[in-house]
Order: sequence, then structure tokens, then C-alpha cells
Amino acid sequence: MSNVLISARGLKIRFGGVIAADGIDLDVLEGENLAIIGPNGAGKTTFLNMTTGYLRPQAGSVSFLGKDITALPPRTITKLGVARAFQIPQLFLEQTVMENMLMSAAARTGQMTGFRRLMDLPERAEMEALLDLVGVRAFADRRTFELPEGQRKLVDIALALALKPRVLLMDEPTSGVASAEKMGIMDILTNALKQQKVSSVFVEHDMEMVERYASRVAVWSSGKIQIVGPPSEVLQNAEVRAHVIGI
Amino acid sequence: MARLSNLHRVLIAIAIAASIIVPALLPSWTTLVTLILAKGIVVLGIIILLQAGQVSFGHAMFFGLGAYSVAFWGKYLGTGDLLLYIVIAPVVATLVGALVGVFVVRYREIFFGMLNLAFSMVLWSLLEKLYHFTNGADGIRVARPTIAGMAFPPETFQYLLLYITLALALVASFAVQRYLDSPLGHMLKAIKTNETRLEYLGVSARKVLLIGYIISAFLGGLGGALVTVAQQIATPEFAFWTKSGEFVFIAILGGTANAAGAFAGAAMFEIVRFLAAAKLANAWQLILGVVLIVIIMFAPSGLIGLLKRGAASEGKR
Repeated sequence: MSNVLISARGLKIRFGGVIAADGIDLDVLEGENLAIIGPNGAGKTTFLNMTTGYLRPQAGSVSFLGKDITALPPRTITKLGVARAFQIPQLFLEQTVMENMLMSAAARTGQMTGFRRLMDLPERAEMEALLDLVGVRAFADRRTFELPEGQRKLVDIALALALKPRVLLMDEPTSGVASAEKMGIMDILTNALKQQKVSSVFVEHDMEMVERYASRVAVWSSGKIQIVGPPSEVLQNAEVRAHVIGI
Repeated sequence: MARLSNLHRVLIAIAIAASIIVPALLPSWTTLVTLILAKGIVVLGIIILLQAGQVSFGHAMFFGLGAYSVAFWGKYLGTGDLLLYIVIAPVVATLVGALVGVFVVRYREIFFGMLNLAFSMVLWSLLEKLYHFTNGADGIRVARPTIAGMAFPPETFQYLLLYITLALALVASFAVQRYLDSPLGHMLKAIKTNETRLEYLGVSARKVLLIGYIISAFLGGLGGALVTVAQQIATPEFAFWTKSGEFVFIAILGGTANAAGAFAGAAMFEIVRFLAAAKLANAWQLILGVVLIVIIMFAPSGLIGLLKRGAASEGKR
């Protein structure tokens, strides 16, 4: 039933003396919310960088729906249906939230025109609905630099969702957000992913979030995957509890 | 915001009125106003690149190409027609712009600026050294062209050239403003603030910048043709780096946020030069230098930014 979306095989990369990936094998399945956990420096973000074309692995391969994407640049991988959201929101700060969103919509639909106003694009209603879905519609006309951090993160994710991806890779979607708001943001997020039928991979440090929102967990440790499985199983594993969760 | 604001309507009305009334009262200013409008067209191209945070210190290359397209046509093929010139010159500049653009859009900031400078200096050297074809530093005199096949006496021609330049300047500023408000224009701004994210939206930043570069080359060629017809000469100075600097200077003076800045800056620049050159000989550079320092320190969004601020505080009262 579960289609394999992204398939990583034998990924290796080292930065000087640090081995950030030492033979990573992992499949991302359709419909899942896969959490990636592990200590700082274990190579979690590096994995996202390699699967989206920002870094090229020194060995191994990445494929998406059976197509080899190892050597492709981010923009080509994005066009195939792999979108990414960032740990630190990556927005276009001089423009409004709606202008940010419409650029994403224009990129998706190929409306690379110089004759039509961005704000007159037909996707405007759709983008409003999407902003509504992630709960930041009230900020549509504000410039992105004016927004609080939590809202900026949501806009960052909305920008990726506007691309209508098959899979969304998120780097710590709730970091930098006040802990009282974390649950709210994750609720909004998982709801949006479900509605848009987007599978997801998210790097997370908060085990409560993982337990609650992940359908599968992969534990990273010094460039290797230590264990993969359902959260109930993985989070009870003695070694994981000792080294990652720190109990 | 995307629609024309009242301020813009007022500015456009002032520009049109000034272009028509000033030469009628002061015939000696006719060519000056033409030069302001023609240079404003070139500066529109600089403003496009500045949206992406890129400064070209070699844009005089396209200005020079436009000028010499006209000059060579006159020298080798006989005096042409103004309507022909304003097609040929931008086409030549656009073709060269596409070729040079493929190289320069791979670079950013200082490297982008310097690579443009290098290309422009190659053109300048060729114009200086290939004396046999270009008359070197003496330049090539450009005879008064016909307009739509009709020859006009100098006085009438001056006015016609002014009105044609005014019409072209209006069309160019509306087209550029529309472009800046379009997806491609917004993506130029995105190159400045977050190029990596733009790539993560599936957009080629190089392609977006290349399109902007080619448009700016087109505008440079058009402005160069108009200036050369107005001044009846093309010299290698047209492609020299100080000329490139002048265009950047005018853009910052006027304000880089929208198309109107190009013309406000060009008007200020040319009028100060015109008046000061007559009364203070070589002090005009000094005066413009001081003006630019004041603008950068107190009104970094340029003359148009000052006007906007004024209009906003009026509105609050």
C-alpha cells in the first residue's frame, strides 16, 4: 500500500574530520510523517541537504519515485515534488506574506511573466485559503520581517506547501517557538499536511512532539541510522532513551 | 500599492508638462530636457538590476553600443531614419546584452559589478583603438536623421525628437513599473533577499537575473541612440566607466524603488550640471558630489523617497 517516495541508499559525506553521513539507507513512504531524531551533529540536517540537492553526497544515491536525483540542483528536485521548509525561516523579507506566497504559486504554475502583476495572479484565492489553513491569513498584507518568529515559521511552511509537493522536508518546525505554542503549530501543520495529502519528514528535538505527531521515527547517531520504527517502540528503546532522550 | 498612487500621477503630469512647457519658454533647454528623458530611460535599466541588489559598473557599454549603432549606420549606410535608429540600437544592445549576460549573471555583487566594468572597458578600447572604423577619440559625427522619411529643419527636429523621446520614456517607465510588479520583477527582489530560497521554490535565479539584464541592455541601447541623435555625435566616452558611474549615481540620486526615480535623478543631475557648468565651470562635480552625500545620509531612498515621505506626512495632517 505504501509507495516509496524518497529512497536514500548508502549516503556518505564527510566534512574534514567529521563524518556527517556514513552509509545512510532510508525510505520515505507515501502518507507518513517520519520524524528524524538524534543528538546535535549527528547529521540530520545534512541528510535533508543531500536529499534536496543542496549537498552532493560523496557516495551513495538518492531517488525520488524511482528517478535518480542525486546530482540534481535544488530547483529541479523541488519541481519534481520535494519541497523543503527551514529551521530558520527563509523568507523574502522585503515583500509581504501574500507576495511571498504568490511567487511560490507562480513558480509552481510556471507563470514567469513580466507583463502581469503578481498580485493579480489567479492563485491569489488559493493562497489565501492556504494561509488560512496554517493560521496566518491575518498577516497576508504584512511584510514578512514584521512577523513574530512563530508566524514566520508557518509562512515558511506555507511557502513550501504552495508548491503542492508530494513530500515536505522540515527542519525543526517548532524550534524557536515558545513551548506553549508548539502544540498549536504542530496541530495546524499536521492538519494542513493531511488536507493537502503531503507526506512529511521532520527533524525534531522535542520527544513529546515526536510521540504525538510522528508515524515513524528514525534515530540518527554519528552519521548512521541507529534504529527505525514506530514511535511507541523506538522511544522505549533503552539505548535511544540513554543517548538521545537522555533519561 | 501596486496601482498607480496619486504621487505617481502627479509626477507623471509634472514630467509631461515640464517636457512641453520648458522648451516652449526656453528653447535653449529643449536638448537638455531630451537628454534628461533619454538618460532616464538608461537609468531604468540600472534600477532593474538594483532590485536584485546588483550594481553594474559597465552599463555604459550598452549606452555606447546604442550610440555607435546609430553612428555606424550613418557612416557606412548613409543617414538613416530616427524610427529606424530607435529599433536598430536597442536590438544590437539586446543581442550583446544576452551574450554578456550569460557570463555576468553567474556572479554577484562586487564580482558582478567588476565583470561588467571589464566588458565595458573592452568595448571602450575597441572604440578608441580601431581608429580606421571609429575615428578614435574624435568620435563619429551623426547627421540629423529623417523622421518617418521626412527631413525637418533643426528647430522643428529638436522639438520632434523631444516629443518622441518623451513618448518612449513614458512607455518605458510604464512597462518597467509593470515588470517590477510582475512575478519576474518580484523574483528579482527575491534574489537580493534570499536567493537560496528562490531556488528552493524551483526557480532559476540566474534565468530571472538574465531576463532583467537583457531588458536593461535594451533600455541602455535605446537611451544611447536618443542621446547620440540629440548631441549629433558618438564618442568612446559614451562607453567609458565614468559614464557607467554616472548612471548608477543618477539611480541612487533619484531613488531605486520605482521607475519614477530614474527621471527625477536624471533631471536633478542634468539641470545641476547645465546651470553649474555655465556659472561655476568645473565646480559642477563638486556640487553634485555634495548633493549625493546629503541624499545618501539623509534620504537613502532618493528624491522620490523624499517626495513620498512628504506626501505621507501631508496625508496624516
